Amino acid sequence: MASDSGLYRRRLLVNRWNLAMSMGTMSFGMVFLLWILYTLFLRGFEALSPTLFTQMTPPPGSAGGLLNAIFGSVLMVLVATLVSTPIGILAGIYLAEYGKNGWIANVTRFINDILLSAPSIVIGLFVYTVYVAQVQHYSGWAGSAALALLAIPVVVRTTENMLRLVPSSLREAAIALGAPMWKVILMVTLKAVRAGVITGILLAVARISGETAPLLFTALNNQFWSADMNAPMANLPVVIFQFAMSPFEEWQQLAWAGALLITLAVLLLNILARTLFRQGVAK
Amino acid sequence: MLTPADRAPRELRQPLPPPTRMTAGRWQDALFEKTTMAFALLVLLLLVAIIGSLIYGAIPALGKFGPAFFVTNVWNPVTKQFGALAPIYGTLVTSGIALLIGIPVSFGIALFLTEMCPPILKRPLGTAVELLAAIPSIIYGMWGLFVFAPIFGDYIQPLLAKTLGNTWLIAPLFRGAPNGIGMLSAGVILSIMVIPFIASVMRDVFEIVPPVLKESAYGIGCTTWEVVRNIVLPYTKVGVIGGIMLGLGRALGETMAVTFVIGNAYRIDPSLFSAGNSIASALANEFNEASDPVHLSSLITLGLVLFMLTFIVLACSRLLLAQLAKGEGRQT
Repeated sequence: MASDSGLYRRRLLVNRWNLAMSMGTMSFGMVFLLWILYTLFLRGFEALSPTLFTQMTPPPGSAGGLLNAIFGSVLMVLVATLVSTPIGILAGIYLAEYGKNGWIANVTRFINDILLSAPSIVIGLFVYTVYVAQVQHYSGWAGSAALALLAIPVVVRTTENMLRLVPSSLREAAIALGAPMWKVILMVTLKAVRAGVITGILLAVARISGETAPLLFTALNNQFWSADMNAPMANLPVVIFQFAMSPFEEWQQLAWAGALLITLAVLLLNILARTLFRQGVAK
Repeated sequence: MLTPADRAPRELRQPLPPPTRMTAGRWQDALFEKTTMAFALLVLLLLVAIIGSLIYGAIPALGKFGPAFFVTNVWNPVTKQFGALAPIYGTLVTSGIALLIGIPVSFGIALFLTEMCPPILKRPLGTAVELLAAIPSIIYGMWGLFVFAPIFGDYIQPLLAKTLGNTWLIAPLFRGAPNGIGMLSAGVILSIMVIPFIASVMRDVFEIVPPVLKESAYGIGCTTWEVVRNIVLPYTKVGVIGGIMLGLGRALGETMAVTFVIGNAYRIDPSLFSAGNSIASALANEFNEASDPVHLSSLITLGLVLFMLTFIVLACSRLLLAQLAKGEGRQT
């Protein structure tokens, strides 16, 4: 009996210790999240000012804003989203509605999942080799192309997952009414999962808005205002990178302000996507 | 009882749609199917194009240096001698550190979220962990350089040098100047970045364990830890390894966070405190300055190595996770 109670005590202690460690790891993760956000808010708000949205990126040693970079980022993300959304949705439709478990669909699904996590810098390298190196100049188009390539796998994945949630009875009902398949897909199934598909698009936008690596060798940067997609284009992530690594106090301040803007945008998009998705599912 | 349609007088039957509309529907359907298929194939084509373009870009460097490129430790743009060993070493070491810290922490988080968390906190805490993955990597880089590295260099590194730096076998790893920048800092920051990926896969696979298995174990008096150790882990080990591989794939290719804190030096030094370079950080730092074709091609070859590495790791991850999903279908 004595040995028994020893065994019980040991099991109890092992259990308590491991569960305590588990709570410890959870707090470890949360500490870093809060620490990063705290730093960002502290330094970002310090540097936040209205001139951020009215002035261009300054030369070293003088004050300025981020207007051209914000504009460039928004424009390139917008173009990338407009290109990647239809491509991603159509490919997702094929996987969920036509390909199902055929070999084309299986291989595509597999490759798409790999591209989803592939290093973004390699995508930048790819766009550089096939486009920038051929036309001999950096451009906003190249930046948008790189971002679009990163967004496509996200849209494909969510569209397919969402379409698979649609009960077959819904499709069958529409087919029984004599609707052709393409009408069934576009007007019944896709409509039923609209919220989910929009969630996927928002997540893709959130992902590409913060990407820096693919823009380094595609859009490069531009110190001045430029709306010409065929010329190098300023964008927030690369400006943050350049300014943060610089020794100039004013530039580092602007980098923190930019970092705050971009993180707020990305986190808001993420939270918006989640709420939308939950409402869509609840309905 | 309804009269069957074919018994009804001819004029009362449902009229068929006009034949033009039926044929139109048929070819519209075929067109739509082929269009969607074309876009799905576009994804495949993208992969082929990426690999093809990288190989094409790598030809000049590989032609000049041959296979020795991958095992030479030299990077000199002036004499135009290039070898990939140092960045490959840096990539593997930083990712290794990231996994060493990331795996136990992610496991703890997944365990907490599935077995211990009060239901009301489950969703907010799960979302919080996922938000860690949503923060752009450049933010990790800035935070790492300006906030984390100074603290790490002032307090943690001297502590490590004093304790682990005197442990006989691993002592050389923790020697050198503790200045906060280097492989170890990069590895630690990477670990924070991969935790959300590994933890959310682990949480998802832990949740597919049939409750009846866990309940039986609790029923014969197992503690929570024993249930996790003897029921949940064996049931989900394939998925857990898949999740770890996914984290590894992410860590290998992570660019901006590493670029800020790794120190950018082509060097293989036993000390983890020393500056190094990963493939991704070498690309981010040098690609725009490289003007010589051999230099450019060497950098593209580095990109090819990185892509192949992550491709293999991520492919293993997907295959393992798919195997778990298949097993689940069979057992339930």
